[in-house]
Amino acid sequence: MKTERLTRRSLITHALSAGTALALYPTLLSAREYRGGDAPPWSPNVADQPYYGTEYGQFFTPAERRAADALTARIIPTDESGPGAREADVVIFIDRQLAGFYGRGQRWYMRGPFPDPLETQGYQSEHTPAGLWRHGLAALDAHCRETHDGRDFVDLSEQEQDAVLKAMDEEEIEFETVSAKQFFDFAKEMTIEGYFCDPVYGGNRDMAGWRYVGFPGARYDYRDFIHHNGAPVELPPVGLLGAPYWTR
Amino acid sequence: MADRRSPVDVVLVGFGWTAALMAQELTEEGLEVLALERGGWRDTGTDFPTTHAPDELRYYWRHDMFLETARETQTFRNNRHQIALPIRRWGSYLPGVGVGGAGVHWNGQTFRFLPSDFVAKTHNEERYGPLPEEMTVQDYGVTYDELEPHFDWFEKICGISGKAGNIRGDIVEGGNPFEGWRSDEYPNPPLEMTFAQHRFEAAANGMGLHPFPAPAANMSRGYTNPLGVQLAPCTYCGFCEKFGCGNFSKSSPQTTIIPVLMKKPNFTVRTHCEVMQVLKDRNGERATGVTYMDAHGKLWEQPAELVILCGYQLSNTRLMMLSGIGEIYNPRTGEGLVGKNYTYQVMSGVDIFYEEEFTNEFIGAGSLGMVVDDYNGDNFDHSGLGFIGGAYIASWTTHQRPIESHPTPEGTPGWGLEWKRAMRKNFLKHTSLSIHGASMAHRENYLDLDPNYTDQWGRPLMRMTFDFTENDRRLSDYITPIAEEIARNMGGREVNVSQFTDDNYDIKPYQTTHNTGGTIMGQTPADSVVNRYLQSWELPNLFIMGAGVFPQNAGYNPTDTVAALTLWSARAIRGQYLRNPGPLVQA
Repeated sequence: MKTERLTRRSLITHALSAGTALALYPTLLSAREYRGGDAPPWSPNVADQPYYGTEYGQFFTPAERRAADALTARIIPTDESGPGAREADVVIFIDRQLAGFYGRGQRWYMRGPFPDPLETQGYQSEHTPAGLWRHGLAALDAHCRETHDGRDFVDLSEQEQDAVLKAMDEEEIEFETVSAKQFFDFAKEMTIEGYFCDPVYGGNRDMAGWRYVGFPGARYDYRDFIHHNGAPVELPPVGLLGAPYWTR
Repeated sequence: MADRRSPVDVVLVGFGWTAALMAQELTEEGLEVLALERGGWRDTGTDFPTTHAPDELRYYWRHDMFLETARETQTFRNNRHQIALPIRRWGSYLPGVGVGGAGVHWNGQTFRFLPSDFVAKTHNEERYGPLPEEMTVQDYGVTYDELEPHFDWFEKICGISGKAGNIRGDIVEGGNPFEGWRSDEYPNPPLEMTFAQHRFEAAANGMGLHPFPAPAANMSRGYTNPLGVQLAPCTYCGFCEKFGCGNFSKSSPQTTIIPVLMKKPNFTVRTHCEVMQVLKDRNGERATGVTYMDAHGKLWEQPAELVILCGYQLSNTRLMMLSGIGEIYNPRTGEGLVGKNYTYQVMSGVDIFYEEEFTNEFIGAGSLGMVVDDYNGDNFDHSGLGFIGGAYIASWTTHQRPIESHPTPEGTPGWGLEWKRAMRKNFLKHTSLSIHGASMAHRENYLDLDPNYTDQWGRPLMRMTFDFTENDRRLSDYITPIAEEIARNMGGREVNVSQFTDDNYDIKPYQTTHNTGGTIMGQTPADSVVNRYLQSWELPNLFIMGAGVFPQNAGYNPTDTVAALTLWSARAIRGQYLRNPGPLVQA
């Protein structure tokens, strides 16, 4: 029993330290028995590391990457007040997520049928997240070419892009292969995730999103600050892997 | 065919709060106790140490703490004339999975129900006259006085931080004057309050209300519980609900009971083992054990003398249906009891935005809050109001995490430059009040098996048919404006109100993981699935724990009452059932 556990653990540790995708992720689990009175079933200095995706882009094609970049940059634009999705590397985050278990919809109930839902019934797409992005970006470009003299989404002006996205958000346009609204909502959700996630996942580069709103990140002890009484608490953000100023 | 495992005295289905409490009690009797948990082993050091725990994407948005819908989900519709569709991504509620269950990712808001909540039908009818026929509200069959010692014990196991308001009938300054009597003060003093609670307390006092510190399963100081397990002071990190606590500061099965349990040679837990069915003997008079599927897809039979369902309410109810124990409720005829009286929680909220002051809500804890109970339960006169039950109004400072928390004022677009700038302007200058209301049973809100959707083994999903009722809407319409008035007295720039009851119940936005009913308790086999000791009327060696036994839900978070009922049941098994195995209440 013990040997089996150590083997599994070291496999996970090895796979993560090599920085590769853990393709089999949840299927590695196997039934275990823990008997009272045996040695405690945990090992010192071993923790279950986050799955943070592959190091390099694996999912988007170059054209999809450009489209995703343009799309996410309109959801959280760059302006003089601070960085947007682009500076935060949101597309790198999304690409890694879509290449991993999340893109496959591995944890989601995916059995059909898929009739049109009522407003209250929630997400009902037959597409995995990866499929939703692939079909969604293609449908977005097809729509833009049809309505904007053959131009793809990336070739529209920012005002034109905003108008298309607003029409998707407000259900004024429909795509054939995917629900335009569902794709927009999902793209918005993942853009926000990529802007504010821990930098270990590839987005929120240099904690740009956290700095912008004043979130101190993955800190875990604020006892010295609980009695702030309405005054600002200004702490530089820290990620799971630390902070740049630790080593500068 | 299933291979047989060696028989055990007790099999517990699931290994969260109720299983840990039950295992601790029954191993004390020398019984061989086995817990079957469909998720994995989890402990603080390995699975959510402080170096990993504050990870919003992983634990909340990627559901590392929650049951995968691929494994079990429900279908949902608002009424029985619609077609229910499966919940593919969790929204309104978040069932847990793994050792410790949802007790790992809860906030730790640990309220007792009021004495009148346990006799909701009798109490309200005596005071206000007969309830409408469609309100299938009933008494629990157990009283507050009977549960009091068990509330007390659970609060000591957890080390709840709080301030008593009623010690054996004496009203104590600073506590909740409306609460049921307590035999003792809380084991720990209240948490440190922060800016929002100070404003709330002043505003509520100014309106003649009675604010008190919320009872918290977050430690206000180091604590050793009666089992000898140590907890550490809370550090207000703001990663409580939806997260495991890396600091040993939040009471969970891991931080209070499991370390003791794992030293007992008569306790075993098998992980990655999903119970498929409760087995009955040939005459349908006794449970003989369960079948379960291990992670390799192999089916096993586990014989046991006692079978105790300790899963989440939704899973326990479905397991009863899939095992063919009892009749499934039918709203057209009113017959059948399994799945009847599904209830939830009626929530609304008030957002407060400040101009100058910083709320810094990233500094918080799951149960850091001040509460007023003046409008909960029957603490106020309902004459002429057209509803029963109530809600607490609370100023919580639990967290401010940027993927989830977007405190932008009404009228702000949901994306683009304006959204981004509003996020920056308000992220550190916002707080909110929470109105946490009772959900009364209605004959049209229920659970049954879905005719269209199946799980990975081809078994029907459970179908939820639920919408807010007239009682819910009137309750929310009456109490939310009181919260709004408190909010307006807290000195902010702007106040926004949102009530879930303005629309049909929506499965998407998170409301609360307080699903109740479906395996309800009561006084006779004609009105309930289990008797007052949580023992099945049909199979006397089957017991069902959890909030599924609530005949209707009160205006409080359910865990304290779930735990007290579990201990009450455990003591009945120890004191009565083991001496004379059979029905503890004669039908």
